[in-house]
Amino acid sequence: MKLTVDRLHITLDRSPILHDVCLEARKGDIVGLVGPNGSGKSTLLRAIYRSLRPAQGVVRVGDDDVWALSARTAARRTAAVLQDATGNTTGLTVTEIVALGRAPHHGLLGRDGAEDHRAVEDAIDRCGVRPYADRDYASLSGGERQRVLLARALAQDPQLLVLDELTNHLDIRARFELLDLIRATGVTTLAVLHDLDLAARLCDHLVVLHEGAVVTAGPVLDVLSPALLADVFGVRAHAGQHADGVVRITYAAQPLARGGGEEPGPVARDGTGAEEGRTVGTGDR
Amino acid sequence: MIVAISIGAVTVPLGDVWGIVWHHVTGQGAAGDLATDQIVWNFRTPRVVLAALVGAGLAVSGAVLQTVVSNPLADPIVLGFSYGATLGAVLVITLGGGVALAGLGVSAAAFLGAVAAGALVFALGRRNGRMAPTRLVLAGVAVGYVFLSATSYVQLQATPTELRTVMFWMLGSVAGAQWDQLPPVTVVVLAGTALLTLFGRRLNVLLAGDDSATALGVDVNRLRAVLLVLSALLTGTVIAVAGSIGFVGLMIPHLVRLTLGADHRRLLPLTALLGALYLVLVDLLSRTLDRPNELPLGILTALLGAPFFLWLLRRNRGLD
Repeated sequence: MKLTVDRLHITLDRSPILHDVCLEARKGDIVGLVGPNGSGKSTLLRAIYRSLRPAQGVVRVGDDDVWALSARTAARRTAAVLQDATGNTTGLTVTEIVALGRAPHHGLLGRDGAEDHRAVEDAIDRCGVRPYADRDYASLSGGERQRVLLARALAQDPQLLVLDELTNHLDIRARFELLDLIRATGVTTLAVLHDLDLAARLCDHLVVLHEGAVVTAGPVLDVLSPALLADVFGVRAHAGQHADGVVRITYAAQPLARGGGEEPGPVARDGTGAEEGRTVGTGDR
Repeated sequence: MIVAISIGAVTVPLGDVWGIVWHHVTGQGAAGDLATDQIVWNFRTPRVVLAALVGAGLAVSGAVLQTVVSNPLADPIVLGFSYGATLGAVLVITLGGGVALAGLGVSAAAFLGAVAAGALVFALGRRNGRMAPTRLVLAGVAVGYVFLSATSYVQLQATPTELRTVMFWMLGSVAGAQWDQLPPVTVVVLAGTALLTLFGRRLNVLLAGDDSATALGVDVNRLRAVLLVLSALLTGTVIAVAGSIGFVGLMIPHLVRLTLGADHRRLLPLTALLGALYLVLVDLLSRTLDRPNELPLGILTALLGAPFFLWLLRRNRGLD
């Protein structure tokens, strides 16, 4: 299902967090949401999985405003894998955690049926968590847990996946495997990623969030210009597509000096930072 | 339970107990002699049934509260319910006639106290419509302390005889059980346990953390509110008739989790069952260890259960 975020404003404890955010993911797209710490990425996700009500604006999954749907109906469309998703899960086994994904498909009196069983088993197999399916979730490593949480999200049978730093704390191979897994689902995905290389690898499109506003959005290579990397992320770097088709980012040894005379607020495209960025990254474009 | 009914200050043979209970339940067979019948049917049976109901009720609300506030230490005592009930009971015991003006017995006052404490925790633990687990626990602890202070103050005004009654009440007992008390308690405990078990799947989801639970389609704040109300009513009802009994609400749920798993759809019925068995056993010991005197339940629940629980904790690796 497609995701549309239209002129979203979010305020937390009276301070504005998101300002006039628009975003679109077409059916089947994988869209990366990138931006420095505190830029409002997780907050935007919360509005999408219905955990934080926006002050203004609309989030549509398919054709419906998620805030006009019930929590349960919305959760049958959107599944989320979150950073602090572990919670106090002592005692539940991996299979029981994955089965939580079936919760939105049942009311108070609903009992597990064949379809639930199939969805859970299928998610367990797809995410490769079968070998530890009967173990206590609390006893798993970080990488194993992330797979289990992804399996839970897939068991939800979602039309939209929302991922917050799914690959944090994972070794490089586990990261790549997880990205492949997400691609293979074919589900429309919005993924917050800190690692720009991973974002470039996984996503069709990127949306860059900075200080609560969308700075730019579009195909990966168009977005990750040296100017943007300098302005938003404060690094001298450039992104280029290599012979194997993978987009990689090359970083200069030193980041740019913090706050070097730039105005806070919307990115100054012609600022001095951008100039410095360009001097490093013009190479092969 | 039959064994528990047969043993006491006077031991009745198991066969006779069976016969008497059978006679009363089905109306068939012989009733046996009057004295034995009196002991078995009018004293022991309601007592054992009440112990089972109280054990089940406390254990189930402990299990639910631990999940609702995501804290393994939570139970009716930590959340202030028990202290609310204690204040209610102590007020009636010490002020006696003064409070009885509203026709309030000790039980009714204890129930009101527990529910009042629940309502306070509910109100204080809420902010902007959100019920954060940590805020709920801290509100519960604070409310508990306030009720405890008030209780201590009231006790200072009490006579020694009243103090003894107060103390016995605070340590809990099912000695005074009578048949006419049982119907309301039975209904509340059975219905409460059944209803909370229906929420089992959502309680499981709550274990995933608030944001994830929301993404799984659970209205976290509303669920917390409903569960808090249900467990306050359940706790209030059983504490009202049996006094403030500790340990059961805290340990029995953990015991079941550690041995049989944490899926609430199984956890809650099993917790009810084990809580019931445990309190029947404890009550049996309380009236046999020091025959013909009786020990309060509160002393034995922890004394017996804690060593076993500690052993289980050491054996279990899942908590590391």
